[in-house]
Parts: sequence; structure tokens; C-alpha cells
Amino acid sequence: MFEFFKNLDRRWIFLLMFISVSIPIYIVGKTGKTFPEVPTILSEETFRAIEELNEGDPVLLSFDFDPASEGELGPMATAFTYHCASKGLKLYFMALWPVGPQMIDDVIEKVIKPDFPHMEYGIDYVNIGFKPGNEGVIKVIVTDLRQLYTTDDKGTNIDKIPMMADIHSVQDFELVMNISAGYAGTKEWVQYAVTPYPDKIKLVAGCTGVQAPLLYPYIPDQLPGLLGAIKGAAEYEKLVVDKYAGETPDPKYLEGRRRMGPQLVAHLLIILLIILANVIYFGEKRREVR
Amino acid sequence: MKRTVPLIITALGGFVLIVAYFIPATQNWGEVAAIWFDILASIAFVLGGGNLIRIHLKKVSNKGAGWGYSLITIVAFLATLVVGLGKIGVHPSALYPNFPLSGEYRELGSPFWWLYEYAFKPLTATMFAMLAFYIASAAFRAFRAKNIEAILLLSTAFIILLGRTFAGVFLTSWMPDFLSGLRIENLTIYIMSVFNTAGNRAIMIGIALGIASTSLKVLLGVDRSYLGTGEK
Amino acid sequence: MRRFITSVFVFGLIIINSAFGEIPSPEPPANLIAEDHPWDHGDKIDLSWDLSIDDSKLVESYRIYSSTSSEVPFTVVTNISSGENSFIVEKLKRNQEYFFQVTAVGLDGQESTPARTEIAVVPTRQWFDGNRFSLAIITLIFCGSVFYWINHARKGRPLKIRKIAGLEAVDEAVGRATEMGRSCLFIAGIQDMNEIQTIAGITVLSRVAKTAAEFDARVEVPTSRSLVMTAARETVQASYLAAGRPDAYNEDNIYYVTDEQFGYVAYVQGMMVREKPAACFYMGAFFAESLILAETGNSIGAIQVAGTAMPAQLPFFVAACDYTLIGEEFFAASAYLSGEPDQLGSLKGQDVGKVIVMAGIIIGVTMLTVGMIAGIDTPFGSWLNDAVRFLRSVILT
Repeated sequence: MFEFFKNLDRRWIFLLMFISVSIPIYIVGKTGKTFPEVPTILSEETFRAIEELNEGDPVLLSFDFDPASEGELGPMATAFTYHCASKGLKLYFMALWPVGPQMIDDVIEKVIKPDFPHMEYGIDYVNIGFKPGNEGVIKVIVTDLRQLYTTDDKGTNIDKIPMMADIHSVQDFELVMNISAGYAGTKEWVQYAVTPYPDKIKLVAGCTGVQAPLLYPYIPDQLPGLLGAIKGAAEYEKLVVDKYAGETPDPKYLEGRRRMGPQLVAHLLIILLIILANVIYFGEKRREVR
Repeated sequence: MKRTVPLIITALGGFVLIVAYFIPATQNWGEVAAIWFDILASIAFVLGGGNLIRIHLKKVSNKGAGWGYSLITIVAFLATLVVGLGKIGVHPSALYPNFPLSGEYRELGSPFWWLYEYAFKPLTATMFAMLAFYIASAAFRAFRAKNIEAILLLSTAFIILLGRTFAGVFLTSWMPDFLSGLRIENLTIYIMSVFNTAGNRAIMIGIALGIASTSLKVLLGVDRSYLGTGEK
Repeated sequence: MRRFITSVFVFGLIIINSAFGEIPSPEPPANLIAEDHPWDHGDKIDLSWDLSIDDSKLVESYRIYSSTSSEVPFTVVTNISSGENSFIVEKLKRNQEYFFQVTAVGLDGQESTPARTEIAVVPTRQWFDGNRFSLAIITLIFCGSVFYWINHARKGRPLKIRKIAGLEAVDEAVGRATEMGRSCLFIAGIQDMNEIQTIAGITVLSRVAKTAAEFDARVEVPTSRSLVMTAARETVQASYLAAGRPDAYNEDNIYYVTDEQFGYVAYVQGMMVREKPAACFYMGAFFAESLILAETGNSIGAIQVAGTAMPAQLPFFVAACDYTLIGEEFFAASAYLSGEPDQLGSLKGQDVGKVIVMAGIIIGVTMLTVGMIAGIDTPFGSWLNDAVRFLRSVILT
């Protein structure tokens, strides 16, 4: 037995991980039950930043992620959009990643079209699409949006879109929301948009778990709110759903919370594996001493 | 000569851009240079694509090890290229109905959309999801309580792992309010925002200085190894 | 108490005036001065004025107007609260004439007569950006120290450099690959040549390739960017030439795969499992693929050396690789591997930068701590607090 665990083939670990993720997914899917969430300060600050805005205020949502990280970032993209649409804000979508526009399309199809049918493209929301150049794009649009964006994502002249009339640069938005899976993403928005214009640009963000530790140095001055991975999304989702979605929210607005079940079991498995590995390590040491 | 000219271009370009950063009239030169680099890199796509086809065709024709994979690569590459550039199955845009290529390349239901939705999306998501499996196996292998530092690291890892789930709340919610700082979810935030931030800042400062010093070495021509040989 | 009396007075005044049907407008501000903002891009004007004599009683705010001609109607720029006697108007057109007016706005919204600028003021662009003055000084000191130490090293004075285990292991790893008759895999990150980490990675590649040429081992370099492929080919060719083995160089071992992050990872992972390289080097900018690559390398029993300045990926490399060059160690690699005095000198210059940063941190933290202990209300505490604010918002901005 000891020898088996000592030379444990990693495929056993892979199998355990598969089971510990798939079973909770099945159970949550079947029962629809989720763990309760207690929002932490960063999720509350993110929520507050949007709550403070008034109906009709323009907000920029930069979707800087791709299908690979959709599993981790999709729920917060949905929650951000739902929150902004519920508040009656004017939504401006853009992307620094080539497949970002597809992520924007997804959220428009999922949230705006079915649940906010009164919202009109070009008046209440617009997708100005992707531009290549990473942080170079931010550096330009922070002072002059039209230098890079002459049309929206569909090729319509930006000057013919009514809601673009008062928008000349990123400084004209009341809030910038960034969902980021890496480079270019939140760090670049902080460095090239918020840092040079701290009084005019306010940023909140959602990011992958691995990125979050790198963004803590920017909290709270340059980045008042941050949602870290699924946990952050679940907390924020709770705040949004509790306030706007009523008693029986649509399951699509609970995606973050539903994913916390598999995450809990996976984390517990990792802890158990680490304990097991250490038991083996100390057992081996004791044998050597003998 | 083959090395001297690039060295002069590097040095001149680099120092001019450094000085330009401090002069209002020339401050956007950096962005202009970045745009020029993007143009160059885009043109280099052709070089990469050509190389990809050449290497894999060679493998297929030699029937080298794993030539089947090469064949799939070539077919997938060409199919995506033709479908995407040719906008196959895409309807013309409502604004310009007479121009067949005016439609959106990712129109719902088009072959390119199909490739994106049913090939690209699940494949990339699968690759990213594999991280969960590798993290588990790496944790099993690497975390050992060998010394005090490792024990500290282990305890921190446990707190964070628990704190990022409901388990953290469940285990310590009984703590009275005056001890709320010791609840696992609050400890997680404290560790992340104090210890982690301090460590990260130190690493970032070191990296920033390393970047500045390496850049200077490149600009001064002290480090030329990336330029290759001077001979043909 | 004073505030209370003032409020009662103002309130009383309003009641009395309302009763008689008229609310007095506040007295206007005086001596409005508009000047070009110094050391800027030519898009700002500094305004200053003397407060209205009713500032503390009847003034709610000051309203600033601008116009490009004294005849054209003035438009509102902004409102700022009472007690403020200066404002910087931004986003103006360079070399355009501007006229300004400032009115005092009463508690009921009534405006005073305006204070005006009689002559036009023109925002002009200066030759130096004043906001970046302190950064210029820091840059000069840092670059100067690097120059100085390079020069110092050139004169033949010895410089000490600590051992970096990861770099010592490069030769060992290539040697092992040779013994086992397997190849070495080199990944220069997944960013392009404009990323300094990619350049640092290519520098390490030159050493790996040279050692491989000497040992007659094969180095395979799949790249995720076309330009990196071109640069890597040049570098490897130069290394083979330097090792006296130009005939052994095969450019097909350095090839482009795809720009797509996970497509690239899938290829490299598959290749690793099939070909089982004996040594894997990951040197450059990495993202989520770091652990996938390093764990796969570990599973095939390869000796692995990684180097990156992506802090988020360092833990993964440390867990899965035999050696990891952390942040600045990675940038020191070229100097360490070449052993050239010029390059070692640049490392010493970097240390000077570190000393400056450390001094800044210690001074800032000490001043803030002492200021807090002394109390912000005391003159000394308040002076320290102002000094820290100056350090943060002027020197370090």
C-alpha cells in the first residue's frame, strides 16, 4: 500500500480530479442547489462602483479574454452585463483580444436580447469590437477614441451611432469594467488608463485566479474593485442577483455560484493529496532512520 | 555589416524613443513605433504560415514520425484560411448588399462560425481545463514540509485553498465578531493583500530593474547574441 | 461654533431676503488671471482669482466659462466649490486664443457678474514635459550608473557575481541529453520580439545551442511567433559557427507552430510525449501554458530549466522544474553566461538602481511611520505627511 502511494501514477490523480469535479457538476446540475456565498470587501466594492452610477451613464466593458478562459470568466461577464443593463446604464463593449468580440456576442445573446428586449443597439448598447495593438490601443483611446475606432464591430460608421456622439475618449466613461485573462488586460488598463488619468478614469475588473495576486498592489487607489476568478464572480453574482433578479433567478445568472461546488471538492482533493504526499514523505524518512 | 546596421538602428531607435518620452511634441513616437512593429509582425505571419506548410509537407512526404498529425495540421490550416478569408457561407452586409464579401466573417451558422464554435472553442477550453489536473499532480509532488519555510508555505496554501471556497466560511463562521479577522475567508484576503503584495512588489521591482538594465545592454550593443552571426 | 453662527446668519439672510422677495447675488470674484500651464503639451491654462468677499457666506460655487473669442458666447467649463481660487482648464486646443470668465454662484443659484480675462491667453507646448522631470532624473541616474560600471569593468577591475544554479545547470542538461541520445527542447516564451523577455530567452538559447553544437546534441526550437523563429535561427546559426560546427546547423529544427496560445501548447505537449526530449528549457514570457509544459516535461523525465519574469507563472515553474531563474536572475543570464566584463558591469549598475529603490522605500516608510506616531495634528507630523505626499504624487508620478 505504502509503495503504491509512494510511486502513485499521476493518472490516478487525474482520475480523482475528474471525479471530484464531475460529480459535483452533476449534482448541482440535477438539484440546482448552490453553496451560500458571503461577499468579501472587493466584490462589494465592485458592486458599489456600479451601484453609484446613475441611469444613462456611459460605461465601457472591455472583454479581454477568450473561449479558453470563458469557463472562469464567463459568469462575471454575464453578471457585469446584467448589473449594468438592470441599472439602465449605456453599455459600450470593446475587446483587446482577437476573439473578444465573440465573447461580447455571447453575452449580448445571453443577457441583453432575451432579458432586456427594450434595449436598442446603437442607443443603449454598442459593440465597437476588437483592435490589435494591446496596450497601444489603450494608450491611444484614452485620449482619442476615434483615432482607432472609426466603425463599430459591424462596420457602421461610429459617427452614425447615436450613443457615440458624446464619447470622445475613455475619459468620457463614468466607469471602465475589464474582464481579463492575461496580457493585454487589467494590468495594462491600470498602467495606461487609470495611472495617467486617476481623477477621470475609474476601473473595476474581473480576472483569472492566477492573475489576481499580481493585481493586489493596485488596490484600492488604482483599482477599487476586483473579482478574482469564480469565487469573485460568485460573490458578485450574489449581490447582483439578490438586488435585481427576484426570488427565482434564471439559472444563467447563477453560473458562478454553481461552479463553486466543483471548486470546493477540487480544493479539498488538492489538500488531501498534499497531506497524503507529506504522510508518505515522513513515513519514508522514518524508514530511512530505522 | 549584417550586424552593424541592425545595431545602429537599435541604438538610434531606442535612445530616440527614450528621449522622445520626455518631450511633449514627440511623446506619441513610442505608440507609432509600436504600430510599426504590429505591421511588421503581421507581415511576418506570411513567413510563419509558409514555414508551417513547408515543414509539415516535408514530414508528410517523408512519412516521418507522426506524419499523420502533420497532415491534419495542413488540412485544418488550409480549411480555416480558405473559409475565413473567403467568407464562405457568409451573407452580404445589409449596408452593402451588392458586395458578397461585405458580410461579417463570424456570421451565425457560417462555416467559420461552425469551426470556431465546435472546434476552436472546445479545444482551447480543454487545454486550459487541463491545468486543474496538472495543478493536482504538481501539488502532490512538490509540496513537502521539509523545513520551517515549507511548513509556512503549506499552511498558507491550505488557508487560501479553503478560503476560496465555502469550506472557509463553514469552518470558522462560529468565531465571534471580535475574532472575525481570524475567519479563514478574511485571513485569505489579509494574506493576499499584505504578504502576497509585499512579495510581489519586491519581485516586480527586481524585474523592472532587470528589464531596464537588459534594454540598456541591447541598446548599447553590449549584448548582441540575439542578432546572430555577422556572416552569411 | 463659528460655522454654526455663520450658518444661522446665512439662513437668516435668506429668510429675510425671501420675505422681501429678493435674494442678493454674491459679490463677484476679482483679479482673474489666466496663464499658460508651464511644461505641458499645450492643452492647459491655469486660472486663478481672488475669492468673492461673500465667499464664506453666500457663495455655493464658482462657475468657469471659456470662449475662443470675446464676442462669441461663453460656454460653461465646470463648477468648483467655494473656497477654491484656482483651476486648471484642460483639453484645450494648442495655439488657440481663449478668453475666460468666472462667476460666483449663490446659494439659490443666482450668479454674480463675471470676472473676465481682458486679453486672450494661448496654450503653448513646451519642449519638456514637467510631469516627467523626476522620472528623467531617475532615468539619468540609473543609466549613468550602468554606463559607469560598464566602463569600470572594461578597465579590467574584477567584479563578483554570485552563482546562479539554474544557469550552471544548462551545460549539465545538454550533456545529459547527449548521453541519452535525445534532443533538447527550447521554448522562448509565447510573446514576440518586442518583449524583452523573449530577447533574454534568445540570449540563453545562444548558449544552449553552442553547448549542444559542441556536444553534438540536437536542439529543437518550436516558436509561437514568426519573428522569434527568424531571430532564433540567426542566433542558433551563430552559435554553431562559434562552436566550429556550422555544418551541423539545421534550420528546420527551428520552426513556427502557431500564434494561438493553446494550439501551440497542444503541439509542444504532443511533441514532448512523442519524442521525449531529455532536456527542456523554458526561457521567456509565459502564461497559463507554463504548468502544462513543465508537468509534461516532468512526466517524461526530462531535466528542466525555466526562466521567466512573469510572477504569476513562477510558482508553477518552481514546482515542476529542476531549476528556475526568478525574475531578475533571468535577465542576468546573458551576463552570467557570457562572463564578459561589459555585461557584468551592467549588473552592477542594476544593483545601484536597487539601492536607490531600497533607500526610497526605507525613507518613505520611516517618514510615514514617524509622522503617524507624532500625530498628523502636530507641525512635525503634518510636515512629514506633506513630505510623503510630495514624494508620492510629485517625485514618483
